[in-house]
Amino acid sequence: MEQDMQIYLDYQATTPVDPRVLEAMMPWFTQSFGNAASRNHAFGWEAEKAVDQARKTLGAAIGASGREIVFTSGATESNNIAILGVARMYAPKGKHVITCSTEHKAVLDPMHALENEGWELTVLGVDEQGHINLDELRSAIREDTTLVSIMHGNNEIGTLHPIGEIGAICREKGVLFHTDATQSLGKEDINVQDMNIDLLSGSAHKMYGPKGVGMLYVRRRNPRVRIAPVMHGGGHERGMRSGTLNVPGIVGFAKAMELCLEDREGEQAKIAAIRNRLQERLSSSLSHVHVNGDENNRLACSLNISFEFVEGESMLMGMHGIAVSSGSACTSASLEPSYVLRALGVGDELAHSSIRFSVGRFTTEEEVDRAADLTISTVKKLREMSPLYEMAMEGIDLSTVKWSGH
Amino acid sequence: MVYSDKVIDHYENPRNVGSLDKEAEDVGTGIVGAPECGDVMKLQIQVEDGVIKDAKFKTFGCGSAIASSSLATEWLKGRTVEEATEIRNVDIVEELALPPVKIHCSVLAEDAIKQALADYQNKQGDEPVSTEE
Repeated sequence: MEQDMQIYLDYQATTPVDPRVLEAMMPWFTQSFGNAASRNHAFGWEAEKAVDQARKTLGAAIGASGREIVFTSGATESNNIAILGVARMYAPKGKHVITCSTEHKAVLDPMHALENEGWELTVLGVDEQGHINLDELRSAIREDTTLVSIMHGNNEIGTLHPIGEIGAICREKGVLFHTDATQSLGKEDINVQDMNIDLLSGSAHKMYGPKGVGMLYVRRRNPRVRIAPVMHGGGHERGMRSGTLNVPGIVGFAKAMELCLEDREGEQAKIAAIRNRLQERLSSSLSHVHVNGDENNRLACSLNISFEFVEGESMLMGMHGIAVSSGSACTSASLEPSYVLRALGVGDELAHSSIRFSVGRFTTEEEVDRAADLTISTVKKLREMSPLYEMAMEGIDLSTVKWSGH
Repeated sequence: MVYSDKVIDHYENPRNVGSLDKEAEDVGTGIVGAPECGDVMKLQIQVEDGVIKDAKFKTFGCGSAIASSSLATEWLKGRTVEEATEIRNVDIVEELALPPVKIHCSVLAEDAIKQALADYQNKQGDEPVSTEE
């Protein structure tokens, strides 16, 4: 891959490791390689100390204590432990759980797994901006509800759920609240006390840390959350997640968090400005574009935009060297258009025409300008080739056309 | 998706993009697919003395859909209406080396050809040419 020519605008998929993070990790591979669970020698003590320091850093970042942080292999595992672990532990209280339709598959799939095991599942719908209705949430909570899982920032459209308000409802109703904060950790203001969050999932590689390490915050007081282990074994992480700790990864995760918090608001404002520059260029040069999600309340990095009358995969083909994602069916393994965009009720055709741009710490104005230029020329070229654009220009309302389908 | 060089060539340099007058007596138009499915093809032929003199397409869809319809117009030009019915989706798949997940693009192109031919014949008041082998 000729990386010099490539422009990376897919920060919601993953981020590069910050060189300062890598530097902090290096000694923990070859010199200080001990197993944090080795209690009887210096190698182990050294590793354990580093892990405990990382716990404190990551806990403090969300208003928690280090002892409430469980290290995992990533947010998928954190979500699985939170959902399956809580549901199974609290099964005697009830077997009803609640989530929403735009969650990541790492939440939806364990929820559906519970359903197959006899739990009842309520999946809340969302409005056109990707928000759940809080009254609907309130009335969905029942006597036998044990867990509500609603994400913070959406990975496709960037919409931020009001997790503080959701937490308050859950607390008032006496049910546990889990939030998947994979996209927002280190970026948005999160405080598990103020927001009444009982469990929170995060991942290092979305915030300039390494892949393969994640965390799960598990509240210890008011209330003390208990979890049935999903991973059985040596009893690491107070029995909640067995398995040797990834010490270099954990050190890197904490370093990444430190860097994010150095000037969190300043960095997020800068990232939002670059995102807005891209959005402005695209919307001012092209007609018939739709920003998906909640423009006023979304992750700073995120721009999900549909270009009417052109199909996403064909756009990606034209945008050489620009690394982005599409909600088009043709770009997904399942050959289905994005379920998140479909959940917004904006029409499948807009899902097929969507591109997700996500910018980050290392994105420059020059890069988004080049990406915008190439996107604009590609959309124009493909619209010249699009029968839908031609019909729309002729004044035909495409929603009234009887299509043959296939 | 890793595409063959031929698909990329048709995508980069699509042949015969455009529209013919769909009201004209000597023009047949086929429109297949649906926006919510992610692909719509419009394929048109202009016929003179039983021979396809011109063919144009416009496609909303992925690179394979664009390439399939572009290739179809290339193949249609110069054929008789009779010969045009012989174009099969498997030929398109082979020529463009389409992967299995993209075979539906070639099916759509064959459907568009059939519809354009039927529309033309309909305008002439002809019995449709049989597409059976």
